[in-house]
Amino acid sequence: TTGLIVFFQSGRPLGAGVRLGLGLRMNRTKGDEEEYWNSSKFKAFTFDDEDDELSQLKESKRAVNSLRDFVDDDDDDDLERVSWSGEPVGSISWSIRETAGNSGSTHEGREQLKSRNSFSSYAQLPKPTSTYSLSSFFRGKERSAYSFSALSDTPAKSYAPELGRPKGEYRDYSNDWSPSDTVRRLRKGKVCSLERFRSLQDKLQLLEEAVSMHDGNVITAVLIFLKRTLSKEILFRELEVRQVALRHLIHFLKEIGDQKLLLDLFRFLDRTEELALSHYREHLNIQDPDKRKEFLKTCVGLPFSAEDSAHIQDHYTLLERQIIIEANDRHLESAGQTEIFRKHPRKASILNMPLVTTLFYSCFYHYTEAEGTFSSPINLKKTFKIPDKQYVLTALAARAKLRAWNDVDALFTTKNWLGYTKKRAPIGFHRVVEILHKNNAPVQILQEYVNLVEDVDTKLNLATKFKCHDVVIDTYRDLKDRQQLLAYRSKVDKGSAEEEKIDALLSSSQIRWKN
Amino acid sequence: MAFPHRPDAPELPDFSMLKRLARDQLIYLLEQLPGKKDLFIEADLMSPLDRIANVSILKQHEVDKLYKVENKPALSSNEQLCFLVRPRIKNMRYIASLVNSDKLAGRTRKYKVIFSPQKFYACEMVLEEEGIYGDVSCDEWAFSLLPLDVDLLSMELPEFFRDYFLEGDQRWINTVAQALHLLSTLYGPFPNCYGIGRCAKMAYELWRNLEEEEDGETKGRRPEIGHIFLLDRDVDFVTALCSQVVYEGLVDDTFRIKCGSVDFGPEVTSSDKSLKVLLNAEDKVFNEIRNEHFSNVFGFLSQKARNLQAQYDRRRGMDIKQMKNFVSQELKGLKQEHRLLSLHIGACESIMKKKTKQDFQELIKTEHALLEGFNIRESTSYIEEHIDRQVSPIESLRLMCLLSITENGDARCSLDTHYGPEHLLTFSNLRRAGLLTEQAPGDTLTAVESKVSKLVTDKAAGKITDAFSSLAKRSNFRAISKKLNLIPRVDGEYDLKVPRDMAYVFSGAYVPLSCRIIEQVLERRSWQGLDEVVRLLNCSDFAFTDMTKEDKASSESLRLILVVFLGGCTFSEISALRFLGREKGKREFIFLTTAVTNSARLMEAMSEVKA
Repeated sequence: TTGLIVFFQSGRPLGAGVRLGLGLRMNRTKGDEEEYWNSSKFKAFTFDDEDDELSQLKESKRAVNSLRDFVDDDDDDDLERVSWSGEPVGSISWSIRETAGNSGSTHEGREQLKSRNSFSSYAQLPKPTSTYSLSSFFRGKERSAYSFSALSDTPAKSYAPELGRPKGEYRDYSNDWSPSDTVRRLRKGKVCSLERFRSLQDKLQLLEEAVSMHDGNVITAVLIFLKRTLSKEILFRELEVRQVALRHLIHFLKEIGDQKLLLDLFRFLDRTEELALSHYREHLNIQDPDKRKEFLKTCVGLPFSAEDSAHIQDHYTLLERQIIIEANDRHLESAGQTEIFRKHPRKASILNMPLVTTLFYSCFYHYTEAEGTFSSPINLKKTFKIPDKQYVLTALAARAKLRAWNDVDALFTTKNWLGYTKKRAPIGFHRVVEILHKNNAPVQILQEYVNLVEDVDTKLNLATKFKCHDVVIDTYRDLKDRQQLLAYRSKVDKGSAEEEKIDALLSSSQIRWKN
Repeated sequence: MAFPHRPDAPELPDFSMLKRLARDQLIYLLEQLPGKKDLFIEADLMSPLDRIANVSILKQHEVDKLYKVENKPALSSNEQLCFLVRPRIKNMRYIASLVNSDKLAGRTRKYKVIFSPQKFYACEMVLEEEGIYGDVSCDEWAFSLLPLDVDLLSMELPEFFRDYFLEGDQRWINTVAQALHLLSTLYGPFPNCYGIGRCAKMAYELWRNLEEEEDGETKGRRPEIGHIFLLDRDVDFVTALCSQVVYEGLVDDTFRIKCGSVDFGPEVTSSDKSLKVLLNAEDKVFNEIRNEHFSNVFGFLSQKARNLQAQYDRRRGMDIKQMKNFVSQELKGLKQEHRLLSLHIGACESIMKKKTKQDFQELIKTEHALLEGFNIRESTSYIEEHIDRQVSPIESLRLMCLLSITENGDARCSLDTHYGPEHLLTFSNLRRAGLLTEQAPGDTLTAVESKVSKLVTDKAAGKITDAFSSLAKRSNFRAISKKLNLIPRVDGEYDLKVPRDMAYVFSGAYVPLSCRIIEQVLERRSWQGLDEVVRLLNCSDFAFTDMTKEDKASSESLRLILVVFLGGCTFSEISALRFLGREKGKREFIFLTTAVTNSARLMEAMSEVKA
């Protein structure tokens, strides 16, 4: 059993292989480890230390890869065959995919399956070994291979699937079962008539027995019977004081999709918020946008919590807007006259997208529109009271994606009353830099915003991370930190302008270095 | 800190028999429909089924073609159709539409529905309503315990979490009780039982009932597993909400381990194809790094790579005979190791890239601050920014829940603006499940409670308070954390290479609450002295112990502990307990979970999608 990693192998017993594996396992000695830790440049571990960690990994990878030529000569000798999709050939998942693919031509498909299956390298099942050997009579602590018969040497009867008739076929025509007997029989999955429980008292006693046995399946079975044989007012009234049973009924109604009775129940229980949410939930099943919108309109007045009410109203307004925007933009796009839609065709419809996605969309396609139009970002911001921070983040992401650097610039430029311009970012310039970097902004642009970061350490970190050499060099110069500048020299390219700049600074007699 | 084999460790029970049992039972059920048949399999059952059977076994039992149960008309021309499904309403509707369209076309076929792990009355009701009850025969395949590894059994029921903790539906409790009953039949009774949580208690009681009814089955058997500990997921949401940093957990968070295997994409395999890789103790390389803090993994892998290189290098200067020996005896193992090594190096590389991109360092820092309860304002603004930047709705939800539970207040921000208004429903769900807590639920709750209690005249009265307390319970995380010392005091750096406690699974910042509870109870062999903790957990009525006479329990068996997580457990918790077992007196933990979970899965289970 050297096949230690087994791609979906199912026939082999787990235990033996593992124990063997454990026994053979190579032990790392303390000394080895110590030596490794001392010799490596491993420092405290952080997920930020991408370079160090990855280089360590890369090194291991190189070592492993260098062996590949030697190793890869015969790939398949100890592994399962794996189909193109990664499923082992012969596995059940694989086979189902095959049937689906071949479902048209039945006969061919079958032939194909047969032939594929014949070369699949599945190990045959171990034959159940007879345990009526001498050794089995003297069995001590260790266990021999399992089989049904192996268990029968215990004094009790063996545990085996009920090998008689399937449970469903057990029928009971006796009418004398007590509530507790009935419930017990139900738990065993036996068909059992409940019709003889006709008085309310009997019914409730049956329900209580079911609840006290804890089996939810039986509780539901009794509830199905009660639902059929009691008026809903009586049923609801009795369940109100039986919370466990009540919860089962609610879940059951949800599952079978009896929305009407569910809403009646919530109404009866005076659970107004659940009633509202449950009604609102139905919109998920409505595909047509106009119908969905109309449905949402019916939700607006429902007794949600104050906070939720506002969200429901917004949901309705948003979908209403989206329908207008969608119709308009689909038209624009198909007409092919508008540059932005030609250059950046829409990937999906805006219908049913969250608010922030809608805002992004509108910043992307409708940025310059006047406030009066439904699709303008400013209009969305006002209507839905989007906070400044959120607005700026979204607009920045959209404009950066389009590489509209002027718009980005304008987003952070404010004029004071004297007409001087100033740069201000409600989200902090460090965030701005990160977002710009994610959108592959050129170094000149990045540099500009890195320079606006106030905290010097953050600024240095970002500048180093994003290779804004000028910012790093200027900052060290301003800090009069000769040592750091010297160290940074090794990180810039040889013979580059940056190197020259550093050299010029280092040899300058104007600067009074602090170290 | 690799986990070398410990000669003093108790031997684990052989769980492979569970696979054989399930397979034999399935074969038996297939034979109940003699002759050629097409098999329709529910998507969620495909991976578990793949772990215990394969196509040739199905073929041997006259399964002709395999189909996935999906909302499409079936193209099968077979005269016998067999459906292997979870007991879900939508599956019944699918089968009904199929059978009814056959009826309309005047076609008669044989239909069989095999429910796994059991059938529900609600399903039968649908069959009856659709007029096909009697046209289809129903059976149950009680396949509820899949050994994913030598020490890990999964019920593969991720829906357990939503069904019970959100909807309050107890339908799976019987399944759990049956599974425990099966375990005690195969591996002997459990002399010491502990548990915490409402569901744990119910599952335990139902299980006890089963044992009493089928009296005698486990009598006289020697116990193989000395302790069993049942724990509800809602006793500790915090641990499940944290980002994982032990290797196996990180692989799960990054690539999603499904049914014990993971799909490594081209970025990991450094080829153009994806690979499905089984991750368990049989993978020697994986087995040594799975429980390690991620920072140790690099070092281990490069050491391993160097050793491997050295081993290959030995072939230089070999004569023909030595070479022959080398090729016949060592080469295969080395090649295997090489393959595994490059796979895990690729995985690490890919994890590093992804995590660096998403500012993982910042994220972890915020999580730790929340756990320790300092810089709350800073953390709150970080989370707000996280939302503003539209990183990922699931991540934002997770952080909000973490903030809310650790701070015991409603941390709702304007998330629906950002991620679509359906989140209104998600929020309502999170609150109902107790993942988002209200600032001051006390008064309103008591008012409703007293109103209801007045109406109650029957003996179920006591139960009602229980139902309510789980509806909107206060989280007392800070107080619990203090009582149980969940935040280790560390002088200097926490050495992740040589962990001193279970906190290493969260970089030394936090001992998983669930694991700490288990540790404390096992140490005391009772809940004694933990009253205050239990009260803070809102579990005063649901913490229990049950000891039987131990005369038959060998000392070997008493070193084995089965931990049952109702609602899912994370790989971090598994790693932490594996560590505890090793540290504290040569014990070994075995895990039974309704499903392996992580923060993303918890959040996804709470979101609302169209019916």
